[in-house]
Amino acid sequence: MSTTRPVHTAPTFAQSVWLVSNREITARLRSKSFLIATGILLLISVASVIVGSLVSQNESLTKVAVVGTAISVVEQTEAFDIVESDTVTDAEALVRDGTVDAAVVPSDSADSLLGITVIALDSAPIDVLGTLSVSPDVKILEPASQDGFLAYLVAIGFGIIFLMSATTFGATIAQSVVEEKQTRIVEILMSTISVRALLAGKVLGNSLMAFGQIVSIGLLVSIGLAVTGQRVLLADVGPAIVWFAVFFAFGFVLLAALYAATASMVSRQEDVGSATSPVLFLVMIPYFMVVFFNDNPLVLAIMSYVPFSAPVGMPVRIFLGDAEWWEPVLSLIVLALSTMVVILIGSRIYSNALLRMGARVSLREALHK
Amino acid sequence: MLDIRGVTKSYGTREVLTDVSFTVGDGRMTGFVGANGAGKTTTMRIILGVLSPDTGTVLIDGTPVTANDRRRFGYMPEERGLYPKMKVAEQLVYLARLHGLSPASARRNTDDLLERLGLGARAGDTVESLSLGNQQRAQIAAALVHDPEFLVLDEPFSGLDPLAVEVVMSVLAGYAAQGTPVLFSSHQLDIVERLCDDLVIIADGEIRANGSREALREQHSSPRFEIRTAGDTGWIRSEPGITVIDFDGDFAVFEAETDAASQAVLHHAITLGAVHTFSQQRPSLATIFKEVIA
Repeated sequence: MSTTRPVHTAPTFAQSVWLVSNREITARLRSKSFLIATGILLLISVASVIVGSLVSQNESLTKVAVVGTAISVVEQTEAFDIVESDTVTDAEALVRDGTVDAAVVPSDSADSLLGITVIALDSAPIDVLGTLSVSPDVKILEPASQDGFLAYLVAIGFGIIFLMSATTFGATIAQSVVEEKQTRIVEILMSTISVRALLAGKVLGNSLMAFGQIVSIGLLVSIGLAVTGQRVLLADVGPAIVWFAVFFAFGFVLLAALYAATASMVSRQEDVGSATSPVLFLVMIPYFMVVFFNDNPLVLAIMSYVPFSAPVGMPVRIFLGDAEWWEPVLSLIVLALSTMVVILIGSRIYSNALLRMGARVSLREALHK
Repeated sequence: MLDIRGVTKSYGTREVLTDVSFTVGDGRMTGFVGANGAGKTTTMRIILGVLSPDTGTVLIDGTPVTANDRRRFGYMPEERGLYPKMKVAEQLVYLARLHGLSPASARRNTDDLLERLGLGARAGDTVESLSLGNQQRAQIAAALVHDPEFLVLDEPFSGLDPLAVEVVMSVLAGYAAQGTPVLFSSHQLDIVERLCDDLVIIADGEIRANGSREALREQHSSPRFEIRTAGDTGWIRSEPGITVIDFDGDFAVFEAETDAASQAVLHHAITLGAVHTFSQQRPSLATIFKEVIA
């Protein structure tokens, strides 16, 4: 009888994976909550660039009142917004009512080094004094390639994006695994395609989505920096962003496999959270490490090689100019190898746990069958 | 032809299947009957490769079934499930494509099948919005959408209203008529009785009876006969080798020691006048089932 029907050739492993990942992507794109969450994340990224540019442009100069000959000294610095006053009394009045932060007046005493006196309300105005002081020459032996505060922001930026994307898509893949298990469609799927193809398709589909999100954020931030005239910053951050995307691609596959494997051990959506919490912990570690240790080269160096934290650690080091050219490559190889190992272990847990309904499957059972 | 040979399966120390062997012939509707926990679902999962047996094999026309062959199976698991938030037609197309159909034939099969199962109007609805009975029909569609060459259906009739039972029965019978081997389990013995050609009875993980429905009935038949004639049947009491069990004028139930004795009664009856019915009492499936698993 099979002659009377068209013979359907079984799809290859790759085709099965592709079909599964396509379904994952379509299901995600149809979910309103996913679209809204992504929109908010993109909006925050763009907003942070724009706000940053606005803040840096509106840095207002300190207002000082100036009397008589003191003006020549103050004007030289070009660091002040000058309000000219006729008398010292007028200037003092301006200081008292807060119109200016300080007043600079000609000095009364003859042996004054600079020939001026700074008048302030209740404490010595450090910034005014600093600008008007005479400093010794300074020689810096090893100049930092990046400003410390900027480095902090960039590190936290990578940390937050990694944390948000990894947890969002990690939770998505975990839910999708349990959905199939809870609705029992998994048995039909298992009777049709190999469990590995199913796992690979889920990981691929969600990784593509996560990667797409990261690339969109990277592009938006880059465009934002270019449009708002922060080209210098873009040139500095650009390579780090590209490496971040590459590391993220591998790092996320690793996490996705872990999320899928741990989620497959439970049968109900309510249990997903507790089952996947060890993985969440792994995702949080690089974030907190980078927040607390972004100025510690040793910790960053270790982070940049440990598979879970490399996607954050290595780009930060690249941004700081701490990494040799071969370091990201080596770290990427370490990450890729550990990803493969995790996928192998993960697919074992996944295939052993999928048909076990009801009580949570213990890790030992899942590994040994 | 689907051959299950010497399949044994244990979970830990508990053996759930012991040397299970039976055959599902081409075009044969084969009923798979057993109490809860007897091993039906495990057997079906092994046939589909969802579980692997400890020992034993599953053969198609004499060769061990491969992962690729399994794409030609239509499977309806006991635990029902489809993606709740996916549209019915979309879901069927997806499953058909996983089985290797082209997008075009997947869509064509989906439309045909939904029409045949009376779900045409619901094609664009999500599964979760369907009534329970319609979800069940969608589930059957999921097992059939890829033109399977073998059907393995775990409780296909549970949860169906009588009308849907008829629809599904005729669809399955259609597959069998085309030559597809169909294995289905059911607790509704009356349906199995009406539908199946062959019967496999399993209890405690062992096959207790296996063969064509008629042969099994024959085997479990008692030597009891019914006769209804135009005249009085009182004379049967004096026939040799016959014990009358029940008697009511023109109607009698009797046990015959041999086939020849019962035939002699029939001959005699014909010489006396018209014989309206003469038949051996056939045991119902429920009776056979109880006898076999006892």
